[in-house]
Amino acid sequence: MNMNYTAEELAFRDEVRAFLDDKLPADIAAKVKAFRPLTKDDHQRWQKILSAQGWYATHWPEEYGGVSWSPVQKHIWDEESSRYGVPRSVPFGVNMVAPVIIKFGNEEQKQTYLPRILSGEDWWCQGYSEPGAGSDLASLKTRAVRDGDHYIVNGQKTWTTLGQHANMIFCLVRTNTEVKAQEGISFLLIDMDNPGITVRPIITLDGEHEVNEVFFEDVKVPVENLVGEEDKGWTYAKFLLTYERTGLAGIGLSKAALAHLKQLASRRLKNGRPLIEDTTFSQRIAKVEIDLTAAGISNLRIIASVEGGGVPGAESSMLKVKGTEIRQSINDLARRAIGPYALPFVEEELADGFDGEYLSDEHAAPLSAHYFNNRKLSIFGGSNEIQKNIVSKMILGL
Amino acid sequence: MDFRLNEEQQMLQDTVARLVRGEYSFEKRLEFSETEAGFSEAFWGQLSELGLTAVPFSEELGGFGGGGVEVQSVMTELGRGLCLEPYLQSVILGGGLIAQAGNDSQQEQWLGGIASGELKAAVALQEPQSFYDLNDVATRAEKSGDGYVLNGRKAVVIAGHCADLILVSARTSAPNSGDTRDADGISLFALSPDTAGLERRTYPTIDGSKGCDITLNNVQVGADALLGEEGKAADVIEYQSGRAIAALCAEAVGVMEVANELTLDYLKQRKQFGVPIGKFQVLQHRMVDMMSELEQARSMAILAASVADVEQSDERRRILSAAKNVIGRSGQFISENGIQSHGGIGMTWEYNFAHYAKRLIAINHQLGDDDFHLERYANLLQVG
Ligand SMILES: Cc1cc2nc3c(=O)[nH]c(=O)nc-3n(C[C@H](O)[C@H](O)[C@H](O)COP(=O)(O)OP(=O)(O)OC[C@H]3O[C@@H](n4cnc5c(N)ncnc54)[C@H](O)[C@@H]3O)c2cc1C
Ligand SMILES: Cc1cc2nc3c(=O)[nH]c(=O)nc-3n(C[C@H](O)[C@H](O)[C@H](O)COP(=O)(O)OP(=O)(O)OC[C@H]3O[C@@H](n4cnc5c(N)ncnc54)[C@H](O)[C@@H]3O)c2cc1C
Repeated sequence: MNMNYTAEELAFRDEVRAFLDDKLPADIAAKVKAFRPLTKDDHQRWQKILSAQGWYATHWPEEYGGVSWSPVQKHIWDEESSRYGVPRSVPFGVNMVAPVIIKFGNEEQKQTYLPRILSGEDWWCQGYSEPGAGSDLASLKTRAVRDGDHYIVNGQKTWTTLGQHANMIFCLVRTNTEVKAQEGISFLLIDMDNPGITVRPIITLDGEHEVNEVFFEDVKVPVENLVGEEDKGWTYAKFLLTYERTGLAGIGLSKAALAHLKQLASRRLKNGRPLIEDTTFSQRIAKVEIDLTAAGISNLRIIASVEGGGVPGAESSMLKVKGTEIRQSINDLARRAIGPYALPFVEEELADGFDGEYLSDEHAAPLSAHYFNNRKLSIFGGSNEIQKNIVSKMILGL
Repeated sequence: MDFRLNEEQQMLQDTVARLVRGEYSFEKRLEFSETEAGFSEAFWGQLSELGLTAVPFSEELGGFGGGGVEVQSVMTELGRGLCLEPYLQSVILGGGLIAQAGNDSQQEQWLGGIASGELKAAVALQEPQSFYDLNDVATRAEKSGDGYVLNGRKAVVIAGHCADLILVSARTSAPNSGDTRDADGISLFALSPDTAGLERRTYPTIDGSKGCDITLNNVQVGADALLGEEGKAADVIEYQSGRAIAALCAEAVGVMEVANELTLDYLKQRKQFGVPIGKFQVLQHRMVDMMSELEQARSMAILAASVADVEQSDERRRILSAAKNVIGRSGQFISENGIQSHGGIGMTWEYNFAHYAKRLIAINHQLGDDDFHLERYANLLQVG
């Protein structure tokens, strides 16, 4: 047993810190730390800096322009970048579709799409969910019918995160209705500029526009855009989901949110003393900090176990459940910490360039909305109940 | 024992229910919320036409002479409709403070208007540093000639942006210890929002309502603005906040009822894996837990209503804190688990559930959250 970083790992951490000290734009970091919404431009600005450093594609082999960091190095990057307030990469291109293209795509697809993901030329979104296919993803109905050199796509996707910014969408579509649900699905790459595609905003409960509905009406997609084999898309989809889930535990993000909470609680008053000195509140913080410590070690154990290669299995589902619960608890406490100021929702304070007087303080404004928005953590990426079903089936054999 | 409403109380509740059902669709509620007032003046007018704004006032005032149970009937139904009108602020709190602390001429001047709905009051009792403790008052009122000069800032005054009369707590005597949380020395003043030096910063609230922060900058008022005895308002404030807690509990029960109905419907309707999701045992058990939480909340709302208007005692304080604690916890449970049971749909603005969820969380931030009341309850345990 050795829970310490090696000398090389420590040197890597110093390198990461030096880079972030030097290159992370202060305005972006400030927004991230205060849970304020990021613009498309913020994301793209930071992505260019990362790409220039060669650190954007941490899940890719080097031959395609990725960094082949070890799991421990990735972990160090996650920790440090959360601490510094690095924006979370929009994962759909770089961390989701790219590994699928690398593993299952043909040479031409690799040549076409991978460089454009690295350069930020393409913004991808994920077209998995449909109105009738959420947890039961295999029941999806969007049809793709072969017509010469094209597929004609008809149907509807929903909950498409940041689809309003995207020019490309990777979709699961039904190409065969005669076979078992899982066996007639294909994985298609679709240009959103194609005629017949309509994107409609869905406003979430906090008033934000983060997700969308995407409609396909006789959309012509060239057959070259099929990844792998027709009807074999379910395999690729599941491969992608393991990548999706590994990131969802968000231990680093929870640590950053906890640090923010403690600062907040040191500045707010209760009975004339800092809230963090209040018995009830400090015990609530202590409990979540202890839970996070445990989840952090569980995370490291999973990371260590895949250090030699491979991807985590059902353990990552347990971590997703714990990790999201912990982050939601921290968000809950942050909202509680501002007491009655959890009620006001002063939207202009969240806007870029706000230079008026803050109603309470600059950290209070987004906290309630953030708490509500992060209820999504236990729903998306395969809801927590589904993760538990996976664990009980895969690990417990129930 | 009989927990049923009597005939009159039932009629009252049915009246409000019919009105809310007829006039307050979810779509209309969203529209009302977007207006400058943040609620429907027309609906407020209907409430008062039916005499509902007069429910808790004595018959001499043209009121109904209603107590905790009558208020409970009204508030539960307003909760079911997620109504935005300032009933709690104006009728219960504003009206309550004036009825208890005001002298004859002040009562005559304002209570009739509040009872008839023509005059809206709001209460400015908390401050940026006070964290639910209503005795934590730093705003000062210095004697000046016949009257007073007020300076300070009041926080999160729900419905203060549209009130015709604002009841402000301020410290009139320097506490011996220099402690701004001393109960002794707090006074209540009734101010017109047009008074020079009073400024309001209005904002929407997370649950679709509106409020404001108020700064008082050398605000001069006459002696007739003082409500009740100088320096002795803390007890009145505590007593009336207790009535408001009971009312909020009743509102929360109405909100939770609908939240649970919506969730149950959804479990029966939404199909995944070829079956309604309500067939999955985890979701069944969770729904059962949500119902049990509602039952606990309902019991406490009834208990709270039963002490709302009785004489102040530690027993009354304990019950109201216990009720607010239960409501805070059960509200959060139903809110979070209801969203989860709905999946993505529960996260959307367009679907009404999310707004019920937000109101439940918001209620926990009014008049003390579950932690605040747990501590208050624990302190009363020690005392006896
Ligand atoms: C903010 C947000 C962003 C999203 N982004 C994307 C995106 O970019 N691309 C994309 O494709 N999708 C996205 N999703 C969709 C997400 O993956 C789905 O919401 C999720 O899979 C749940 O599906 P559902 O919403 O249809 O809920 P349902 O499947 O209808 O489930 C409703 C409830 O029932 C439970 N349930 C269902 N089946 C079972 C079962 N067998 N056992 C126990 N409980 C069960 C669920 O856990 C949930 O609590 C996003 C969702 C949200 C909320
Ligand atoms: C101290 C004690 C005193 C008792 N006294 C008496 C007595 O005087 N007379 C008498 O007749 N019996 C008595 N019992 C028996 C008691 O009623 C049973 O133990 C009880 O009904 C549970 O049955 P079981 O022990 O066979 O557990 P099982 O029925 O085998 O259940 C095992 C576990 O599975 C769960 N489970 C089972 N079915 C479901 C389901 N459909 N969904 C979800 N979970 C499920 C149960 O909740 C339990 O946790 C006593 C038991 C105890 C422990």
